[in-house]
Amino acid sequence: MISLAGRDILHTWGKFVFTGVGLGLLIGVTLVMAGVYRGMIDDGKALLDNSGADLWVVQKDTLGPYAESSSVYDDLWRGIRTIPGVAAAANITYLTMQVAKGDKDVRVMVVGIMAGEPGLPGWPPYLVAGRQITRGHYEAVADIATGFKLGDTLTIRRNHYTVVGLTRRMVSSGGDPMVFIPLKDAQEAQFLKDNDAILMQRRRTEANPAFNRPGVPGLLDAVIASQTTNNYVNAVLVRIAPGYTPQEVAEPIRRWKRLTVYDRAQMEGILIGKLIATAAKQIGMFLVILAAVSVAIIAFIIYTLTMDKIREIAVLKLIGTRNRTIAAMIMQQALALGLIGFAVGKITATFAAPLFPKYVLLISQDAIVGFIAVMVISALASLAAIRMALKVDPAEAIGG
Amino acid sequence: MSGHGIRIEGLKKRYGSGETAVDALKGVDMQVAPGEVVGLIGPSGSGKSTLLKCLGAVITPTAGRMTLGNDVIYDDGWKVRDLRALRRDKIGFVFQAPYLIPFLDVTDNVALLPMLAGVPNDESRRRALELLTALDVQHRARAMPAQLSGGEQQRVAIARGLINRPPVILADEPTAPLDSERAMAVIRILNEMAQKYETAIIVVTHDEKIIPTFKRIYHIRDGVTYEEAGEGKSIT
Repeated sequence: MISLAGRDILHTWGKFVFTGVGLGLLIGVTLVMAGVYRGMIDDGKALLDNSGADLWVVQKDTLGPYAESSSVYDDLWRGIRTIPGVAAAANITYLTMQVAKGDKDVRVMVVGIMAGEPGLPGWPPYLVAGRQITRGHYEAVADIATGFKLGDTLTIRRNHYTVVGLTRRMVSSGGDPMVFIPLKDAQEAQFLKDNDAILMQRRRTEANPAFNRPGVPGLLDAVIASQTTNNYVNAVLVRIAPGYTPQEVAEPIRRWKRLTVYDRAQMEGILIGKLIATAAKQIGMFLVILAAVSVAIIAFIIYTLTMDKIREIAVLKLIGTRNRTIAAMIMQQALALGLIGFAVGKITATFAAPLFPKYVLLISQDAIVGFIAVMVISALASLAAIRMALKVDPAEAIGG
Repeated sequence: MSGHGIRIEGLKKRYGSGETAVDALKGVDMQVAPGEVVGLIGPSGSGKSTLLKCLGAVITPTAGRMTLGNDVIYDDGWKVRDLRALRRDKIGFVFQAPYLIPFLDVTDNVALLPMLAGVPNDESRRRALELLTALDVQHRARAMPAQLSGGEQQRVAIARGLINRPPVILADEPTAPLDSERAMAVIRILNEMAQKYETAIIVVTHDEKIIPTFKRIYHIRDGVTYEEAGEGKSIT
């Protein structure tokens, strides 16, 4: 038996191809949306992977340092380092801000890393160009997505930093590329005010009789000094020694240091389950709407194509064509349309994904699920046309 | 083929019920022998289409008896379980417009019926080409219907009606869209095919040009048929 659907498609290939291309662009958008969601998850995982930590020690009862603000003293790491099972511990600060880049600025996550050596938690694990930070101040390692090049000067608050190294895929959970600078600079940058504000603050402090007592010399200077220094970091990153479980190490930190400790699984839960949950729901809604629009388009096209063939269908039924043959013809056409649409959509998504400002991760699993969904949607969309075709009376082929 | 061609006795068809009931056929008697071509003539609303639909097994008569070849297909109820297969295997249709399937070429339009019956594609196409050759359209075998003239399309439609060697062909005004010359050619072909394949052919027509060519004519008026001898003019 010949393929009636195949012959009809070949006969009206232009209509099928153009409809398929239109549908494909819609499917392409759907795949990209799924890719955006995957990219967000991957950004979150990349953030955790690149931190090099097994445990995140944060302010008690907060979801820091990524989903909530967290502030802990910068000397806590020393005590944590002595706890059995801790191989390495390092302070870290995170600050999302606009960093000047020539006449423009770029949104980055500034990461303050503790003095030490590559391999310490928080440090960029690899570079694609240049070297790691070796000086205590005014050097930076930037992700290439920032657009900075080796030797460029970037400005954070009032300080200028020279880019000495470039790294890749170092992003925040929001997809902002990272710039690594020395911890002390980052601590200063978090609270550094402009000169006018500093003068105003000093005046206010001087005018406060509690801080400017005539009989207590040096008190005012001490208070002012404390106001201009920052002894806090956002978290302490901990790497566990071989042979210890995260829980074994986390428990004494919680108990004795009165801090909250998250392991990798908990941190993934916070990033994916809380931080990007709303965005994921938003994307989910878009996917539902796009699927509904796809159903409507395929159903409309197949219904219209079937309407155009009512007389032929009546003739086919009159000359003895089985209903299932006619139904198969219509469903095969819908599936073919879906197939063309998916192929166009996949190609479109593949080529369009790198053009998006945020990371779009297209994975095979989504493509397979998408393909199955498109085929199911196509089959469902053909039902209305099949129902209409099966209702056609073969007597319609006979005049009168 | 053997037997009676097609024989109809006391065929009735009533639409609706009660006071609004309409008797479209009030007891039609008709017999067409194998190899014979008869005309069925009547004004609009006389019951021609209803009779054709009953013969074509697309609507169910109310009463009567129909015999196709040696088989009784209707006797106050269908005696055939699969009407679709009956239409496919035992009845050929030729319509006023050819109604060829636009996305199949000429050969496959004709070969489709045996394919639907499960005959292998190659064999179906061989049989189709044989018929197309008999109807002198073999040179358009690979053409699409839209590329054919009206006369060629109608010949392909006749080939489709004949492909399964049905005992009867129902032709519904097959010459209506054609000029005199082509109309006569179609009637000549129908006569040749009727004799060659021993097929009984009923031609419903209003076409004054072709009426004189029938040897027998059935007039239908108000749901009743009257038989009349035709002129049986030779077709040139």
